[in-house]
Amino acid sequence: MASLVGSRVERKEDKRFLTGKGRYTADINLANQTYAIFVRSPHARASIKKLNIDKALKSSGVVSILTGKEIADDKIGGLIAGWAIRSEDGTEMKCPGNPPLAKDNVNFVGDPVAVVIAESLAEAKEAAEKVEVDYKVLKAVTSTADAMNGDTIHEGIDKNLCFDWLLGDRQKVKEAFDKADKVISIDIINNRLIPNAMEPRACVADYNAASEEITLYTTSQNPHLSRLIMSAFGNVAPEHKLRVVAPDVGGGFGSKINVYNEDIVCSWAAKKINRAIKWVAERSESFLTDIHGRDHVTHAELAVTKDGKFLGFKNETIANLGAYARVFGTVTPTYLFGPCATGVYEIPAAYTNVKAVYTNTAPVDAYRGAGRPEATYTIERLVEKASMELGIDKTELRIKNFPTAFPFKQTLVHTVDSGDYVAGMEKAKQMADYKGFEARRKESEAKGKLRGIGVTSYFEACGIAPSAAVMSLGCGVGLWESAEVRFNPTGQVTVYTGSHSHGQSHQTTFAQIAADELGVPIENIDIVHGDTDKGTFGMGTYGSRSLAVGGIAIVNACKKIVEKGKRVTAKMLEANPEDVEFKDGEFIVSKSNKKKTIGEVAFACYLPGVRDEMKSPLPEGDEPGLKETSFYDPSNFSFPAGTHIAEVEIDPETGHVKLEKYTACDDFGRIINPMVVEGQVHGGLAQGIGQALYENAEYDETGQLMTGSYMDYTMPRADNFPEFNIGYTCTHATTNPLGVKGCGEAGAIAAPPTVMNAVIDALGGQEVTMPATAEKVWKACKNLKKSNAKAA
Amino acid sequence: MKDFNYHSAKDSKEASKLASSSSAFLAGGMTTIPSMKLGLATYKDLIDIKNIKKLSGIKVSGKSVTIGAATKHVEVSNSKDVKKAIPSLSSLAEGIGDPQVRNRGTIGGSIANNDPSADYPSACIALNATIHTNERKIEAAKFFKGMFETALKKGELIEAIEFQIPEKSSYQKHPNPASRYAIVGVYVAKHKGDVNVAVTGAKSCVYNDKEMSKALSGNFSSSSIDGMDLDSSEMNADMHASAEFRASLVVTQAKKAVDAC
Repeated sequence: MASLVGSRVERKEDKRFLTGKGRYTADINLANQTYAIFVRSPHARASIKKLNIDKALKSSGVVSILTGKEIADDKIGGLIAGWAIRSEDGTEMKCPGNPPLAKDNVNFVGDPVAVVIAESLAEAKEAAEKVEVDYKVLKAVTSTADAMNGDTIHEGIDKNLCFDWLLGDRQKVKEAFDKADKVISIDIINNRLIPNAMEPRACVADYNAASEEITLYTTSQNPHLSRLIMSAFGNVAPEHKLRVVAPDVGGGFGSKINVYNEDIVCSWAAKKINRAIKWVAERSESFLTDIHGRDHVTHAELAVTKDGKFLGFKNETIANLGAYARVFGTVTPTYLFGPCATGVYEIPAAYTNVKAVYTNTAPVDAYRGAGRPEATYTIERLVEKASMELGIDKTELRIKNFPTAFPFKQTLVHTVDSGDYVAGMEKAKQMADYKGFEARRKESEAKGKLRGIGVTSYFEACGIAPSAAVMSLGCGVGLWESAEVRFNPTGQVTVYTGSHSHGQSHQTTFAQIAADELGVPIENIDIVHGDTDKGTFGMGTYGSRSLAVGGIAIVNACKKIVEKGKRVTAKMLEANPEDVEFKDGEFIVSKSNKKKTIGEVAFACYLPGVRDEMKSPLPEGDEPGLKETSFYDPSNFSFPAGTHIAEVEIDPETGHVKLEKYTACDDFGRIINPMVVEGQVHGGLAQGIGQALYENAEYDETGQLMTGSYMDYTMPRADNFPEFNIGYTCTHATTNPLGVKGCGEAGAIAAPPTVMNAVIDALGGQEVTMPATAEKVWKACKNLKKSNAKAA
Repeated sequence: MKDFNYHSAKDSKEASKLASSSSAFLAGGMTTIPSMKLGLATYKDLIDIKNIKKLSGIKVSGKSVTIGAATKHVEVSNSKDVKKAIPSLSSLAEGIGDPQVRNRGTIGGSIANNDPSADYPSACIALNATIHTNERKIEAAKFFKGMFETALKKGELIEAIEFQIPEKSSYQKHPNPASRYAIVGVYVAKHKGDVNVAVTGAKSCVYNDKEMSKALSGNFSSSSIDGMDLDSSEMNADMHASAEFRASLVVTQAKKAVDAC
């Protein structure tokens, strides 16, 4: 039987998606359901003086109106930060309470203060307009850079500072800088992004008064984690009385990791009113209240010798958390960011200092790449600047500082098990025709255009997160994954995975893995996920972990199935278990022609002796049935890496940046399905290029979101992109049996610095902040013209 | 969205009769419906004019192209007749919004709305259009009064737009990257005797740039407007483009349009 791993198996999920048969949360309608509309703060910062629902209650069709008071009275817990970060001075991070419905204060535009539940959506909307809230508007803090100088947002949190965190050794860095021939420094803004999943958030909550069970259908990337948080911290219901189902979910990119206010409120309220409640976000609510991403202000320096050897690195970052610290809010700018700060280079001394600040903006949390794009952007912009200042070719300078051997023990945290960065660079250069650039630049120049080329070499720590590593850093819990492989008596297989699929194609790639492991045809394998009633537990999908963690759990569970199969076969064929081999779905007694298919073995496990030779039950120690579970805790992160090269052409008259060429050469380890990986790379690149050239979440000084719709928030479109030139090198991960590394975030990590390095190259080294919009580039072109005129 | 009454008019007369101070005509609904959904506009009655046959269709004569008010953008962009007579008008239609908008939005709706960033008003000015309503004919130069403001009276319905076929013309747009509306759009049309340079997106209302028109009427070459320093004091400014940038773009897009003619 040919191996399916490595082949372009068509996606099993596409039939339902492409024929409109997907079942998303908004498609779910329950009998006698009601509709919820949230009353949200129009102010970025205010105290609630009075909230009057009398008029609204009289509005037609209103079932109930609940506010922060009721939720506090019922002792429903607030939203939480999942990871504890300690400041450099040893103090614990400072997190404010974040009640699901604000009672006393609101802290960003969109912060909910009440929920109106009515018989119809229109009636809920109408009644919501009649809820009277008397706010005392306070001065908002919106700027990341100035947040520490603003008014105190949360009582007791001085300077709006959640933590002031250090990773690395300041003294060693000082010594390295003292020895340097040159110090390259850079000031960077990593622009705030809005994830914009295609499907807006939604939830449907139901309560069964007889069984006292709450069922929550929600747009989540991790239903088990949501249930855990809602039960352990939200006090919504004990876990056994709370079922969370995340059916088809239309994209997450990190924005659907969090348990949100609406999940908690609807679940709690459904029990209170003893009826089902449906809530579906409007797109404008998504803009305002989904978690946002990035938003760093960074000063970084690189100490170098005159021949281009890196000696030391420092990164001083202010990270905006928004109004509250949410699930991955505190870990994203620290442990997902700091350890990757030195990139793919040997830098003997380094530190990263992060000050995480609160502002009156939407909470900032993990967004595709989460910390690693910000880290990569900083080091790769800095290295490119160093190449300009040192006059060393940008690819040569990188190669000069690549590690020479693997495992590569980095200065800060990671030990990278495998890779070949030089091979990746050489292949990328070839794919991009790096040598031919100068000729293309001249062609552009002849047309009155400016052409630039930009390079990025990146690595990322994926497969989050090994418990040993996380616990040794003292920042929280590890993130293992579980899988359960169940055989029906007649030989079909159901695999339950805790990794939720919301665009990642698990139904196909996981089935490919199980098909290879078990020798069962792929059409006989179902992948099930997204329902706390169907599987034991799962940590969910984010951080490019599905394959490197969730996939390995499936492999391990399959291996247990095979081990049991060997014992049962031995019993059936009266052989020694040690003499039974398994290959392509068959258990074969070695040096004989005796064998059993895995289907025959499965049947025998459930109904021994019916279709086989067994005269007595299964072997001693083995229970009937064929079902195995694995909880896999990785021993290390996985480390995808690669080199990307972009070329842009700029029209100096309009400032228009045209992305002419984009080459991505990635090392994802073993690839399960090249078609799926291409899709992941394309999607990541679209988001990364979007950050570099188009997307920006902008608040005005009063905290109003200026880019609250697609009229002003530039979502990239297909015509913004060239044909992507994608290639791979491959070194297998040594820390997992599949040799896989992860591919979901690479594009979003590598593309921003790659594109910006090209833009800045075209502009003669002038800094431009992301996104490189037409006007910014036009201004830079005018400056360039002036300085060229002066030079002439 | 608040409740409203929906009417489908058989003809202009009925549509006009149904109109009141709290009604709106509904063609493609590309602005009306989102405005209502966002609560920015409320109407008691929506009078659908899409089913009035007379309002759709394209007629070309030797001197002009006449397009019915309820004709969709996609019909203008796909029309062989328009492509032949005024190719720039067909390509303007092809660049409006996205396929969904082009398959519903209408020329009459766009002109009646007079969004300061809309594309069609510039075509009307550049191509010396005559706006035919159920009551009268209005010259384009007198039709566009200000931001979202036109010469239309309450209940007056645009029936068709008649464009004069120019010798040469081109529309060049620097789109807002998010909405794809014009940050600046310049429609240059060379007629016998004079040149129009209609600018949309730059100011509160579409206008004919007299300075550039004059320069190009003298010498129809982009060199005659190259480096022109336009007054930016009345230009729009927003997060996507400052007034200064818009002023520069007006000249750049005008040059591109002349070169493309």
